[in-house]
Amino acid sequence: MTAVAEKAEKLGDLTMAGALNRALADELRADDRVLVYGEDVAALGGVFRVTDGLAAEFGERRVFDSPLAESGIVGTAIGMAMHGLRPVVEMQFDAFAYPAFEQITSHLAKLHNRTRGRITLPVVIRIPYGGGIGGVEHHCDSSEAYWVSTPGLKVVAPGTASDAYWLLRQAIACDDPVIFLEPKRRYWAKEEISAEPAAQFHQALVRRAGDDVTLIGYGSMVPTLLETADAAAQDGISAEVIDLRSLSPFDDQTVVASVRRTGRAVVVHEASGFAGFGAEIAARLTEQCFHQLHAPIGRVTGFDIPYPPPMLEKHHLPSVDRILDAVDRLQFDDTVVLPSTPAGTDPNA
Amino acid sequence: MTVVTPSAGFLPTTAPRCLIDADGHATSADPARLPDREVLLELFRLMSVGRRFDTQATALTKQGRLAVYPSARGQEACQVGVVTAMAQRDWLFPTYRDSMALVSRGINPVEVLTLLRGDWHCGYDPYLHRTGPQCTPLATNTLHAVGLAHAARLAGEDTVAVVLLGDGATSEGDTHEALNIAAVWQAPVVFLVQNNGYAISVPLAKQTRAETLAHKGIGYGMPGVLIDGNDAAMVHVAVTEAIERGRRGEGPTLIEALTYRIEAHTNADDASRYRDDAEVTSWLARDPLSRLQTYLQDQGLLDEAGIAAIADEGETRAARLRAAMNADPVTDPAELFANIYTEPTAALRSQAAELAEELAAEAS
Repeated sequence: MTAVAEKAEKLGDLTMAGALNRALADELRADDRVLVYGEDVAALGGVFRVTDGLAAEFGERRVFDSPLAESGIVGTAIGMAMHGLRPVVEMQFDAFAYPAFEQITSHLAKLHNRTRGRITLPVVIRIPYGGGIGGVEHHCDSSEAYWVSTPGLKVVAPGTASDAYWLLRQAIACDDPVIFLEPKRRYWAKEEISAEPAAQFHQALVRRAGDDVTLIGYGSMVPTLLETADAAAQDGISAEVIDLRSLSPFDDQTVVASVRRTGRAVVVHEASGFAGFGAEIAARLTEQCFHQLHAPIGRVTGFDIPYPPPMLEKHHLPSVDRILDAVDRLQFDDTVVLPSTPAGTDPNA
Repeated sequence: MTVVTPSAGFLPTTAPRCLIDADGHATSADPARLPDREVLLELFRLMSVGRRFDTQATALTKQGRLAVYPSARGQEACQVGVVTAMAQRDWLFPTYRDSMALVSRGINPVEVLTLLRGDWHCGYDPYLHRTGPQCTPLATNTLHAVGLAHAARLAGEDTVAVVLLGDGATSEGDTHEALNIAAVWQAPVVFLVQNNGYAISVPLAKQTRAETLAHKGIGYGMPGVLIDGNDAAMVHVAVTEAIERGRRGEGPTLIEALTYRIEAHTNADDASRYRDDAEVTSWLARDPLSRLQTYLQDQGLLDEAGIAAIADEGETRAARLRAAMNADPVTDPAELFANIYTEPTAALRSQAAELAEELAAEAS
């Protein structure tokens, strides 16, 4: 692992896209083994402008456009990392990463183990993920479940601009391959970039303290959870908000400590619920907090459907109202009898 | 940095290039010179020892000492010709069928067979031998070769990456992406396709409509070279030429070597279901070893004593391999968790402890 930068000069207010751009520039400057490539990342500066100006500043040897070949981008990054470079590559949109699935899961994630630790692959794969921007099909997927269930990968997702800056720098400094999920609907949210990282690379953060229920999410859902906590407060419910930041490895400690204290939890993500990442979180919390729980762990997720078209996406994405409803179902009043298994769930019916 | 090269030279020859024909006679058709006598003798020695290694490995599957072995019998000229053309500083990216090439590159045969023996890792140190782990998925190693070659070039080295693939792998998407990217970046890569006629059971006619696989080169903007893959001298020369092109900064080369897999796909395969004996027999007549032996004997470069000495070397090495493989391998279950990440996570540490406890309980 290279030395992780611990402080930055005053960066002021930046959008998340701007913060990511600044993190790339700072790493390119700090370490000449770092290089950035992908589709449209050079002259255009990326379709979301995350790599804007980098080719001009660092030259085409270090920041360059690749042919349109996602498997090729990841496969060549593996070869480059074997030769000592630290490639940061971009998948233009989440679903565009699927052609690279074999290179990521069969090689990038495994070669360190396959060679008994002799080959290390410090490769960062940046993937703009999730919906909420009116994107057409294949442009709004949430693919984290695939990556987190692949041993050997680290998976992180910033929820704020300041975290985006620091998590990306930490990801580039990390010697393991990192899937870096960028919540594209938050690219334009602006905030002050802190002078130092808010936490260790794989630590979850309590974004807002509360006593009655723990709301757990990451990436694009972080601002939604904070809004939900505000709304819950008006109903007299004190909600704690945890931003996971790192999906894998998973920070059990922070999450479990919170849920043991509040006794209630709702897990939220944009991706489909069935066998989604939320299921893993709910299972872990049940195993570790059972005796402190007052209600089953709630989940609010996207439906089990392909990501819907722009005109209908608002019905799919977890909203403040839907999360509040889930909070309401957490048996605060134990005289309420919950409905039994909903009708129509028999797969053979 | 645009390199303008007349693409006319990128088309393969109509007939496969050949320096020593199936009867062991030097041909005059090809403009390339035969390698020096030392190289020819080395090619013969490595092929003989390599073939003995190959039969020994197949025998080890029958004794349960190897989980599986994909034989390269019949492909000795490719396996050896490529390695002798490479410098120590060049990188080799092999597949699961290229054990003989790795042994020829000087890697301990026991290390080469580690994965096929049933362990989880590749056995050898890729950096020590500048050889990637044997690749089981098809064609994915082509991209690793392109990335490494490009990085070497960015670092100002004259290292060339050589990647081995089969005829079936040319149908995979990664081969297309690798050929294209290598050409666009002018990466110093040699793609050596060992066209052995079959992808397990599927013949070449069901893989491609191209006249030859070498013809694909021109479409990517690189030379396609068609060679007799059972002529070790030709493989050595063609790979040498392609490596030199790469070193000069002239980019990648695609070589198609026509050869034949004499054995089934692996010890678990039944080749009689998809090809007949007559075909195998016809290829035995084009054996890579006997043609070079005939040539060397005709030229007075090799005598019976020399042949016997090489055979003895093969036997000695095979006996050493047998003895090493007959010893029960030492495995440590704790190591399953050690290298998933550069530092084990808390979860992995706890799972390792759980397994250790189970094992301790079983042992007590």
